[in-house]
Order: sequence, then structure tokens, then C-alpha cells
Amino acid sequence: MMQGTAMQEGALLGGGMTALLCVLVPLAGALITGAFHHRPNLREAFTLVTGGILLGLVLQLLPLVQAGGRPSLTLAEPVPGLPIVLEVEPLGLLFALVASSLWIVTSLYSMGYMRGHHERNQTRFYIFFAIAIASAVGVAFAGNLFTLFIFYEALTLCTFPLVTHHQTEKAKRAGRVYLGILLTTSIGFQLLAIVWTYVLAGTVDFRPGGILADAGLSGPMTTALLALYVFGVGKAAVMPFHRWLPAAMVAPTPVSALLHAVAVVKAGVFSILKIAVYVFGLDALSVGNAAGWLIYPAGFTVLAASMVALQIAWRQGNLKRLLAYSTISQLSYIVLGALVANGLGIIGGGMHIAMHAFGKITLFFAAGSVYVAGNRTEISQLKGVGRRMPWTMGAFAVASLSMIGLPPTGGFFSKWYLMLGVWEADHLLVFAVLVLSTLLNAAYFVPIIHMAFFQTEEPEPPDRGPGHDGPSPVRPDHGEAPWPMVVALTATAAGTVLLFFLAGFPLSLLETLVRGG
Amino acid sequence: MTEHLPVLQVVVPLLAAPVAALIRWKRGAWLLTLLTTWAVLAMAIGLLREVLDHGTVSYALGGWSAPFGIEYRVDLVSAYVLLVVAAIGAVVTPYARASVEREVDPGRVPLFYSAFLLCLTGLLGITVTGDVFNLFVFLEISSLAAYGLIAMGPDRRALHAAYKYLIMGSIGATFIVIGIGMMYVMTGSLNMVDLAERLPEISSRTESVAFAFLTVGISLKLALFPLHLWLPDAYTYAPSTATIFLASTATKVAVYMLVRFFFTIFGLTFSFETMTLHWVLTPLAILGVLSASLTAIYQQNIKRLLAYSSVAQIGYMILGISLATLTGLTAGLLHLFNHALMKAVLFMAMGAVMHQVGAVRIEAMRGLGRKMPWTMAAFVAGGLSIIGVPLTVGFISKWYLVLGAVEQGMWLVAFLVLLGSLLALVYIWKVVETAYFKEYIGDLSIREAPLSLLVPMWVLVLANVYFGVDASLTAGVANRAAEILLGLAP
Repeated sequence: MMQGTAMQEGALLGGGMTALLCVLVPLAGALITGAFHHRPNLREAFTLVTGGILLGLVLQLLPLVQAGGRPSLTLAEPVPGLPIVLEVEPLGLLFALVASSLWIVTSLYSMGYMRGHHERNQTRFYIFFAIAIASAVGVAFAGNLFTLFIFYEALTLCTFPLVTHHQTEKAKRAGRVYLGILLTTSIGFQLLAIVWTYVLAGTVDFRPGGILADAGLSGPMTTALLALYVFGVGKAAVMPFHRWLPAAMVAPTPVSALLHAVAVVKAGVFSILKIAVYVFGLDALSVGNAAGWLIYPAGFTVLAASMVALQIAWRQGNLKRLLAYSTISQLSYIVLGALVANGLGIIGGGMHIAMHAFGKITLFFAAGSVYVAGNRTEISQLKGVGRRMPWTMGAFAVASLSMIGLPPTGGFFSKWYLMLGVWEADHLLVFAVLVLSTLLNAAYFVPIIHMAFFQTEEPEPPDRGPGHDGPSPVRPDHGEAPWPMVVALTATAAGTVLLFFLAGFPLSLLETLVRGG
Repeated sequence: MTEHLPVLQVVVPLLAAPVAALIRWKRGAWLLTLLTTWAVLAMAIGLLREVLDHGTVSYALGGWSAPFGIEYRVDLVSAYVLLVVAAIGAVVTPYARASVEREVDPGRVPLFYSAFLLCLTGLLGITVTGDVFNLFVFLEISSLAAYGLIAMGPDRRALHAAYKYLIMGSIGATFIVIGIGMMYVMTGSLNMVDLAERLPEISSRTESVAFAFLTVGISLKLALFPLHLWLPDAYTYAPSTATIFLASTATKVAVYMLVRFFFTIFGLTFSFETMTLHWVLTPLAILGVLSASLTAIYQQNIKRLLAYSSVAQIGYMILGISLATLTGLTAGLLHLFNHALMKAVLFMAMGAVMHQVGAVRIEAMRGLGRKMPWTMAAFVAGGLSIIGVPLTVGFISKWYLVLGAVEQGMWLVAFLVLLGSLLALVYIWKVVETAYFKEYIGDLSIREAPLSLLVPMWVLVLANVYFGVDASLTAGVANRAAEILLGLAP
């Protein structure tokens, strides 16, 4: 693609090194964090500094990629024909940008949360968090299926100690579901699909136009292979392999916020987008409606998960659980974007990675904030909380708008392009699914906002006796959460709005992808 | 000097063995064993380099040339297995000192090392010899020494386990010697190369019968399902050092014998076309993987759990070999090396727990993640390798195996291999959960294992990762060895 001068080649090589540094910097951060075990202030300061350096490095790659360059670096070749390669392309860069910028905000938030909530083993938490970020960046910059698989599995394994952070019986059971589903799908289906791809194409590289384009795969076979990928990437949470996501909600809220709204789940849908574009190629997917059959499980997931979320809202159940199901539904939007197999769908899916990340992380931040400040975990406990915590619930309201897809939030544009893509592909049923799910999103978010701002707080029933299995009682008098949390969630809410006005930036980045591919 | 390497490889440990027994001083015997195993490793590396550079090495024992005298013949396949055995021997010995002193009766420690060296001699001998009767002799040396090693276990049930292994092992050896005898009757030769040339000229029923006897005999030795019944007890009750060594080498050498007989001596055509060996081996291998993995999940004793896991892993090796394609055979040979690395780590971790806690039942693992962090971290690393997580050697094996199956269009086999990985996840995670999620309830004075146990363990953990990231050496050698066996390369 780049038949450039020596200078450009030098820049590309430098870019490859920068990509490697992006993976190494969080790892180094993890080591430093471990070294400052007994100095919490320094430890957290270093986490923030590491985040800043990482963001700086990712930003450095931006002009190169915008110019159409794809810096890459081969790290090792465990088996001939199966190298570990880092390559920066637009979609991955966008994902890395989102993950690294939100990591800084989450680190700030974590300080307030972990201290305010007096969590144990905080150093271990920060170490594995940093490793998880390194893995997510690795997923973003993976240059072939094999590298992607390595970082994908690393991300599963290093988030396990975060999910089971409390080391309780409940955490253990959730950890089993988490690891069980993610490893079963990835080893059972994804690895099989990668081997199959290798046998067919003789390579596992990501190439514009797809490596399977000339493999002469028949329509049904394409569908079968694609199904292995769509279900094999368990992190995309397409039903029936979605249960790990609600289970992972036992983790401390910063984990749910960054990993299970941004890094881990987005690594899943990102992989699917990337596989669609660079392994199959959009042309191969649209031939003979190869991807068409898989639209049904993804569409079903969108609706079914929204229904579950609605039902949780209706019964005023656990807030984080509702957010988890909302995430499942939104992830399948992106899967649909990949499956409609046209440029607009890919752009919509790619944009939704960024838009949903900012929105959902704000929602999780807010959920953690009401928990730390007022020990509130259930939706029923949110009555009137908007007046106690105006910043938190204000941010929640803004982010909800983005989830529904209303202006002036970023969620509007991603949904716009997704719908355009679906319309162009003539999938009217899917179009209806998107419209219906928008209504459902509104139906479960708006009542929560209404409750928080317009209903008055009811006193808790005083003594429910020992051994009740309901939520623990609300802290009576409280104001806003600790300031780092409020700053963090305000920042991400502002980001959600900002992305509405700056939507041209991710759009231009993704357009280079569609043009190039 | 270099030209005598094939014989020195065997003679050095053979001579060291009686000396170790005569020393009667525990540390002295250990020191001698240490020096011997390291010398053996150095020679094995030398031989591998020699073979890689100059091709097959042939050595006429006592100057009597083949086929009349005994020939020692080291081709790439031999050199590769030799390296596995020697390397494991060299890593296990530093580990052995503390572990053996704790588990073996003090008066018998020198005898333990003597038996260990004899067992090593036998295993090395099987791999270097080019003579089938000599192979049988070395097989007996290694087996008899192994019975002795197992019987020295701390638990009285070790005696029963050793006895059971003795009976089964002897049946296997008898079958093998009957097979060898028939081949001798048919051809009048015991030299492998000579046999390979003469056997195709004979097409009598005797050849098929000899083949059948050898198949059953070797399958018993390598614990192929359903002939694996001796293995779990033997591995469970043997001293930890013996378990580590035998689990990583003895069955591997039996796999080598299988490959040697079926590919080199009988030849690909006879084994897989006339006798359709794959119709026997493939189903048994898969049944072995699945049933042994399932059984492992229900074990309460972790050494026994790992023993069943070994049976399953042997299934993978045999599966790869039974595909009889380049990729399949590469996978089988590669897994031979890789499994030695991962299973040694796991058994070493359990040996360390045995050394510190004195028990390896699942209840004994409670809270050990905090009490013995390095040991349990090594267990997790070895476990991930068994499961086949990328960047560990386990992944490389699985990759080749699945690739081999998919190339042949054997989708079910590919899927079942991956299913086996998931079963491994279940039994490994059972231990991990107990170690990290249960409160420690035992003696408060329990500490992390001494460095002499941890260092060899972590050396192997690093080897698991190193050869998982850069498999060019192992996969390259296995690939070339497979080419030789399939007759694609000289």
C-alpha cells in the first residue's frame, strides 16, 4: 500500500516500534505498581502517568495511519507461517485510542472507588488492570489471527483475578462462568476456525480485501466458518454465549466499567469486525447471503437482551445487571454492523465501539458512584438520589441518551450509520429490530432517570431481621461520591456529548479503512 | 571422542549406577547422579548437533559391524528423544535431593539414585540402539529399575502399585520379545535397518502376528487406553522424583519404540495400508483422551489426577502418529517433548507440596495460593500449558494436532481434541480454585518450598514459555524427524 520513500518506510518502522511500546508500557506500569506496593499515593500516581504515556504513544501513531500507513512489526515466529505481528490499522487505532483514553479516566475513578470502598488487595487490582490494558492494546494492534488469539486469551486470563477480586463463594462461581464460557468458545470454536482458515488460505494474516476471498469457499461453508468466529469470539456475547457478562458484574465497579463496557467486550466485537473486513472480505460475505443467517442470532440478542434489561428495570432490580444486559444488546448492534457486510455497516460498527464505550462507562461510573456514596445497588433505591448526587445522575442521564441514540450524544451517529448500512443491505427486518430496540432502550432508561430526579426518597423499611437476602441497607445521609469519581464520570459524560460534535474524526478514520479495504 | 558418543551415552550412567549404590552416602550418591545426568545431557546435545550437521550417526559396538554386531544408530528421531530424556534427567536431579530425602527411607537413598541411573541408562539405550534385541534388553533394564523406584514410595500402597506395574510391564515385555523373536525367525536378523530391508520381501502370516504382538506389547508400555491401568497407581504412589522422571520420559520412550517399529522397521505401507493400524490407534487414542480426562476430573488425589491427565496426553501423541501424515506425525513427536515439559512442571509442583505439606489430596491444596505462591503459580503455568493456552508449548502441540486433523478433513477428531483441552481446563481449574479461593486451614508454619525445588520447577516453566514463543527448534526438529520416518527425507 505504501510505495513511499525511504523516509516513509522509516516512519513505518518507527510506528511498529511505537505499537510495541504501547503494549509494553502498561506492562512496565504493572511492574512499577507492584514495586510501590506500600506507597498507595505513588502507586496510583504512576498508574496515571503510565496511562498518559500510553495515550501519547497511541496519538503518535494517528497521523501515520491517517495518511494511509500501516506500521507493523514482527515480534517472533513460534511456528513457521504463524508469526506474532503487530500492525496498526484504522479500526485498531480507534479501539486503542478509546481504551487508552478511558484507562486514564478509570484510573482516576478507581482511586476514589477502591479507597472510598476500602477494598482489599488494591495493588493486585492495579497490576492486573494494567496487564488487561496491555492485552487490549495487543488485541487492537494484532496483525494476524494468531496474534489476535494470543492477546484475546491473555485478556480473558488476566481479567479473571479482577472478576473474582473479592474471592468469595459468589465470586468463585461467577469466575467459573466467566472463564468457562470465554475459554470454551475461544478454544472450541475460534481456534478451530483459525486452523480452518489457515488450511484454506495458507496464512492467518489480516489483509485488506480478505484472505479467504480467493479460497473458493462455498456459501454454506462461509456461513459455517463465520458462525465459528461469531460464536467463538465469546467476548462479543452473542446469545447463547452471553452469560459470562452478567456474571462478571461481581467485580468491583471500575472493572465492570472499563473492562466489561470497554476493553473486554469491545475486544470481542472489534475482533468480529476485523475478521469480517480482513479475513473474509466484505465482498465474500455478501455473496449468496453468506452472512445473512447469522443476522438472526445477533438480531435476537439485541431484542432479547433489551427485554431482559426492561424486565430488570420493571422489577427495579440490580442496576449493574441491567447495564450488563444493555451492553449485551448494544454489542450485537456492532456484530450486525459487521454482518450486513457493507462499508456503512462497518463504519457504524466501528463508531459504535467508541460511542458505546464512552456512554456505557459513564453509566457504570454512576452505578459505582451511588454504591460508594450511598450503598445503593438496586434500582428501587435510586428514588430521589438525583437531588443528592446531581453530577452523578446528570451524567447518567446524558449517557442514557447516548444509549438510546439521541442527539446531542455520540450514540446518535453510530446508530445512524448502522441504520444506513442495514438499509443499504435491504435487511428490513433488522432495521425494524434496531428501531424497536431503540424504543426498548428508552423504556428502561427513562424511568430510572425519572425516579432519580422526580420521585422523593422513601425511608427504608427499618429492620428486616437478620438473614434477609435483599440488598444491604442504604446509607442514610450522603452527598456526592469522592471527588475523583465525580471528575471521572463528568469527563466521560462530557466526552459523550463531545463525540456528537467531533463525530467526523472517527468517521474519517474509518473511511480510510473502508476505502482501503 | 565424538565418534564414541553413542556408546558413552549409555555406558556413563550404567557405570555410575553401581557406584552410587556402593557410596552409601546420600549426598555423595546425589552428587554423582547430578554429574552423570549433566554429562549425559552434554553428550545428548553433542549428538543432536552431530546429527543435525552430518546426518545419521552409526556406531559398531565392539567394532563388530552390522548386521552381525550390535549397531548403535542415532538418527534425528533418536537424537531428539535422547535430548528429551537427558534434559529431563538433568533438570530432575537438582530437584531430587530435597524431595528424595523427604520421601524415601534414608537407608535407601543411594539405592534410589542407583535405580534412577539404571532407569536412565535403559531409556537412553532404547533410543540409541539400532538392534531390536538390544532394545529389549534396555527396555528390561529401564522397567526393572522403574519398578524399584516406584516401590520406594513413602506410602505402603507403593508396593502394590509397583507389583501391578511389574505384572503388566512383564506381560508387555513378553509380547515384545515374542514379536522380536518372530521377526528373527523370519529374517535371521536383529538389526533394524537390515530388518527394514528384509521384511518387505517376506509376506507371511508370521509378519502380521509379530506386528500384532509388538503393537499390544508396546501399547502396554506406553499406557495406551485401555492398557493404561498400571499407570495411575504407579504415578500416584511413587516418590515424587520418580513420578516426575517416569511421567516425562518412560512413556515417551515407549512412544519412540512404537514409531521406530511401525515406521522404520515395518514401514509406512505395511503398518498403515496392510495392517490398517490407524483404525485401531485413532479410536483408542481419542477414547483415551476423553475417558482419561473425564476420570481426571473426579480424582481427589492430585498426583492421580495428573496421572490420568498423562494417559490423556499419551492419547494426543498416538493420535498424531496415527494420522500418519507429515503434520500429524510432527504433532505427535512435538507433543512428546512438550508434554514432558508441562507434566514435569505439574508433578514438580505437587512434589513441592508433598515436601512442605506432606499430602497431595485436594483438601491439602486449600489456600496454598497464598502459602506457597511460587509453587502454585508454577502449577497454574503448567496447567495453562496442558490446556493449550497460546504462548505455552501446549498450544503449539494442539495447533499441529488440530491442523493435522483438519487437513485430513477429520472434523470430529479436531473438535474432540479441542474438547479434550476444555476437559483439561476443568481438572486444572479444580485445583486452582481450591488453592486460591479456599481459606488456608492447616498448620501455620507451612512455608514456600526451598529453592532447590523451586529453581528446577521454574526453569521448566520458562522452557514451557520459551518453546511456546519460539518453537522453531522443537517444531523444526520434530518436522524433520517426521520426514525421516515417512521416508520423505534420508
